[in-house]
Amino acid sequence: MNDLVLIRKNLFRRKLRAILMMVSILIAFAIFGVLASFERAFNAGQDRATPDRLVVVNKINFTQPLPISYYNRVAAIDGVAQITHFSWFGGYYQEPRNFIAAFAVDPENWMKLRDSDFVFPPEARAAFIRDRTGVLVGARLMEKWGWKVGDHIPISSNIWSQRNGSHAWDFIIVGSFTARIPQADTSVMLMGYDYFNETRSFGKDLINWLTLRTTSVAANERVIDAIDGMFANSPYETTTDSEKAFNKAFAAQLGNIALIVELVVGAAFVTILMIVGNTMVMTVRERTREIGVLKTLGFSGGRILRMVLGESILLALLGGLPGLGVAFLLITRVRDSLMSFVPTLSLYPDIAAAAVGLMVVFGIITGLVPALNAMRLNIVTALGRS
Amino acid sequence: MLAPTDPMIDIVDLCKRFTKGKETITIFDGLNLAIPNGDFVAVMGPSGSGKTTLLNLLGGIDRSDAGAIAVAGERLDRLSESELSRWRASHIGFIFQFYNLMPMLTAAQNVELPLLLTRLGRKERRERVETALGVVGLADRVKHYPKEMSGGQQQRVAIARAIVSDPALLLCDEPTGDLDRTTADEVLSILQVLNRDLGKTIVMVTHDPAAAQYAKRSLHLDKGHFIEKELAA
Repeated sequence: MNDLVLIRKNLFRRKLRAILMMVSILIAFAIFGVLASFERAFNAGQDRATPDRLVVVNKINFTQPLPISYYNRVAAIDGVAQITHFSWFGGYYQEPRNFIAAFAVDPENWMKLRDSDFVFPPEARAAFIRDRTGVLVGARLMEKWGWKVGDHIPISSNIWSQRNGSHAWDFIIVGSFTARIPQADTSVMLMGYDYFNETRSFGKDLINWLTLRTTSVAANERVIDAIDGMFANSPYETTTDSEKAFNKAFAAQLGNIALIVELVVGAAFVTILMIVGNTMVMTVRERTREIGVLKTLGFSGGRILRMVLGESILLALLGGLPGLGVAFLLITRVRDSLMSFVPTLSLYPDIAAAAVGLMVVFGIITGLVPALNAMRLNIVTALGRS
Repeated sequence: MLAPTDPMIDIVDLCKRFTKGKETITIFDGLNLAIPNGDFVAVMGPSGSGKTTLLNLLGGIDRSDAGAIAVAGERLDRLSESELSRWRASHIGFIFQFYNLMPMLTAAQNVELPLLLTRLGRKERRERVETALGVVGLADRVKHYPKEMSGGQQQRVAIARAIVSDPALLLCDEPTGDLDRTTADEVLSILQVLNRDLGKTIVMVTHDPAAAQYAKRSLHLDKGHFIEKELAA
């Protein structure tokens, strides 16, 4: 026997109570794991944004288009090192519920700009530039649908139609790409803008936004002023901002996720903290006489304190770790179906590590008061209590 | 190491008071007591005479207000709380009226508790536990929980717990107060053997004159002072 055995035996002396407390903690940490992972996934764009990348959108909002002619005009501004453009395709595969995040881009420049995020095999890069009807598909999307390079895939749009009235485009997968950094999303599909623009029935020569890289971060302010000044008072006024701010605004469409996480987790934690804390106080109070006996045998106050704290931390870990496991299972179960909306959804190791840290803090907070009471307990008083 | 004639307990001018509300109750006012090493003393007296308080003071779980109290050569009134904890672990064995065993631990684990405060290895601890349970005649009950044992058996486990770390002094507070006569006699016989054969000094608080017969001598507490009565060995 050792102190750990004693702690474990004390914890489980009332099995039902211990299990109910563990279930409460399990629920709290399952909520934490899921919401923190969603929060991370929604903000992944902000994490991967680099400070020298800017995004130019329509001043009304980013769903409104910009003329393709802005592409060359912005590229000519002093301080712009690289530039590409994006157009939202709004695609789905086979049926509308199989949403595909697909964009029409300028292949060569898009890949140049995204070299820091993705790995493009040379043959895929060359084929995507060369083949006008080809699409480049991220590795996760390829894996999800079991596609291979060379496959013909019909992709429909819930926005656009072809000039022949069809909403479906027949694309050939000419290559795939993988992530260079963990936050990079490979559940997307890219098509050549020229082919898309020629075949669509309306919206000719319009794009959704421009992404550019400046020559240096110091040039950002000057470039922003130059772009927005150039198109001021035009039918398509622009707002230029950092990529991080753009991604944050995009995520904000779905509400203030961080605030929701903090409020829900905070409310769950405070409630469970009070329940578990109160139960721990009662549990230790019930053992007053036994603690007095342990002290009589020679157990020091400090050792008693460590044992009670150890018990509350063990309780938090026994409830919290399965809770984290539940969160992992839930996320694994929904991540494929939500891949297009929250592509980087995952229970990342740092979230798990933070949760374990939180469990220890939770254990210390709930155990501190009863532990201090036990440490200070007067032996004569304790032994006199029936 | 104390010689047989050295005092195990030496109390000089001991004062102990309790405050209850605005009232101060004096338990001892100038109490003197010497108990030699290897003695077996029964302390008797009316309720509220301070028997248990004396035991608590001797065991270092309560503090005196004045006077000197030396046990096994150590001045308890000069030790800090943490020093007292360490001292208790190595010098004192406690036996309570209601056994005070941990309900979630087996007999062997209960007996092992004081050994967790030593540096003994697992094997040596197990051997000592087996020996202690053997001394009290419970070698076959090592894996039994307190609720699976009778009162007498539980008290014998408590005795094994008290002697497992080989303390020189056993302090017993009404050890047979919750037992029937036959079982009480068995427990008292064990205490007698511990005193006679293993040389343990025993101070036993009791209300029961029959229990006091097992001691070498009996001290009667009355109004904070002792009246001694010699008993047949």
